Amino acid sequence: MSQVTHKEPSVVSPYVPRVGRIVAARNFTEKEKYYRFRFEDGGGIEYKAGQFMEVSIFGLGEAPISICSGPGRREDLEMCVRNVGDVTGAMHALNAGDAVGLRGPFGNGFDMDKVAGMDLLFVAGGLGLAPCRSFILAALKEREKFRRVTILYGTRTPKDLLFREDLQAWAGRGDAEFMMSVDRGDETWTGNTGVITTLFRKIAKLDPARTASFIIGPPIMFKFAVLEALAMGLRKANIYCSLERRMKCGMGKCGHCQIRNVYVCQDGPIFSYAEVMRLREGI
Amino acid sequence: MLPQVLPKDKFEKFVGFLMAERRVVAPVAKGSQYAFADIESREDIGGIRMDYEITILPPKKYVHPQYEPLLEFGGRNPATGKATIDARPMVMLGVHPYDLHGIATLDAAFSMDPSDPYYLRRRKAAMLVGVNIQAYVNEFQFMADMGTTEPPTGGFELFLTDLGDRYFVETGSAEGESLVTRSRLFAPARPEDFKAKKEYDAKKAANFAKRLPYDTRYLPELLAGSYDSLLWEAQARRCFSCGTCTNVCPTCYCFDVQDKLEMDASGGVRRRMWDSCQLKTFAEVAGGENFREHRLSRLRHRIFRKGQFIMERTGRLGCVGCGRCSKHCVANISILEAFQQIADQARIEA
Repeated sequence: MSQVTHKEPSVVSPYVPRVGRIVAARNFTEKEKYYRFRFEDGGGIEYKAGQFMEVSIFGLGEAPISICSGPGRREDLEMCVRNVGDVTGAMHALNAGDAVGLRGPFGNGFDMDKVAGMDLLFVAGGLGLAPCRSFILAALKEREKFRRVTILYGTRTPKDLLFREDLQAWAGRGDAEFMMSVDRGDETWTGNTGVITTLFRKIAKLDPARTASFIIGPPIMFKFAVLEALAMGLRKANIYCSLERRMKCGMGKCGHCQIRNVYVCQDGPIFSYAEVMRLREGI
Repeated sequence: MLPQVLPKDKFEKFVGFLMAERRVVAPVAKGSQYAFADIESREDIGGIRMDYEITILPPKKYVHPQYEPLLEFGGRNPATGKATIDARPMVMLGVHPYDLHGIATLDAAFSMDPSDPYYLRRRKAAMLVGVNIQAYVNEFQFMADMGTTEPPTGGFELFLTDLGDRYFVETGSAEGESLVTRSRLFAPARPEDFKAKKEYDAKKAANFAKRLPYDTRYLPELLAGSYDSLLWEAQARRCFSCGTCTNVCPTCYCFDVQDKLEMDASGGVRRRMWDSCQLKTFAEVAGGENFREHRLSRLRHRIFRKGQFIMERTGRLGCVGCGRCSKHCVANISILEAFQQIADQARIEA
């Protein structure tokens, strides 16, 4: 077969990333690191809570990473990255001044106006706090749009806590209820111990028919947290989750993120529990 | 343009005419089977087998290649990424109707917003010259059921029917008409040509019996109703999860994206390559969670995609009934058999 060498380098390609310069970086834990990016091209970005980016390191590949900063039209964006693979491993060696490739935002995201006037219940487990933070910051920024706001956060151990400054700020707010729990405490831990679902019993009264819940964490947590939310009387259509999949292209083509006839990178990652039930293979 | 006739003794000239302006690929013998391959010389032209049974790989490899560069980079610096695309004008000669339908499905999938400029540029540069079929070539095919014994309404340039000493030629696009006009090798079909084509079609209709016990418009619903059937477990027990079925499928288009470094690591290329939902790691995420860990769920996903999901998403056929997946399956898993068995379960045959 003949080798074709004809190339047109000027194609506008959705695969060519923008240059994202790291303007701040900080280790949250041994495995998780926080980054703030600005775009080298001077253009900003507009995104919704729940959307994600493809972070690119040439030579290694790309990884889909949730945006953890508050949504809107902005100059910068933030991510919290767990070191679990080639790309994220290489990212952990990067600091302020270094650059990565960024494509996105991808995914449906969530418009918080959809739940205006409702009680909000955020349930974040582990690294799920990163995407969940985007929702929480959006809600707290326009606090008057919502009724009661409750934030539950659970991790394995006190060492695994992310966004400690935010946690402190949320705990100090008079207009939101914030509770956290660790699966296993240590000598310094004086808070709640036990899986995150143990916090549900401590929630001050919610109006279940008018509560929207955002449950973001590992699949096993989602199952038990949904059970608790349903037991409280929440409606299936008002329970939202973010489905984790291996999005490679972000454009509904490569197939890796498919659940039945749905492409999570386009139709998700934010789904209501009613939709997840219909998909059956969601969680 | 009204149908034309191309005498077979002018066929080689026609291929030469095409070669003068574009890359030509056509079916040739490959051992006891057939494959689409580049036609670059006089001897190559002589080796074209327009009477081939079926090719091992469908012609999708020319619009959605096994390996396709997406961009080139010069080291880690993210500013060095430059898009690359290969869109040299070409013509695929001798494409069977079911494969024309397969390409129509790929067209729909890659055109869906956000569209894929790599595929679309390649596709725009590719002409399709189809060739008619008159009978099944193996027991795995069911084109009559899927409605793919005739070409789709558009998306090809010319469509040839073998009438012995000549081809009956129908045009499918302005570019196809332009080939007829510019090559000066065709003549308008005469009454005896139409008569011969009619006889061809009559024989063809008699040969293409349906092989499913129901109309395929009910296929998505029958599949949906069989989601929990033991059938998938039974088939999965034989499945090796090797991914051959998806490689040879004319409508499978899933891909992986990987970076390939130069030997001295000074730069490299980010490319996409065919991937398969049948491979175990396909739906695995960072951290090890695998959303289709079991063979059963992977096999069912493929069959549902072929019979339901692709149609729901693109409005085009997810399966064209060509039988390649079944013919090449080392475990003898037949999609036709699966589609027949879900009917048993719905008691359609009772």
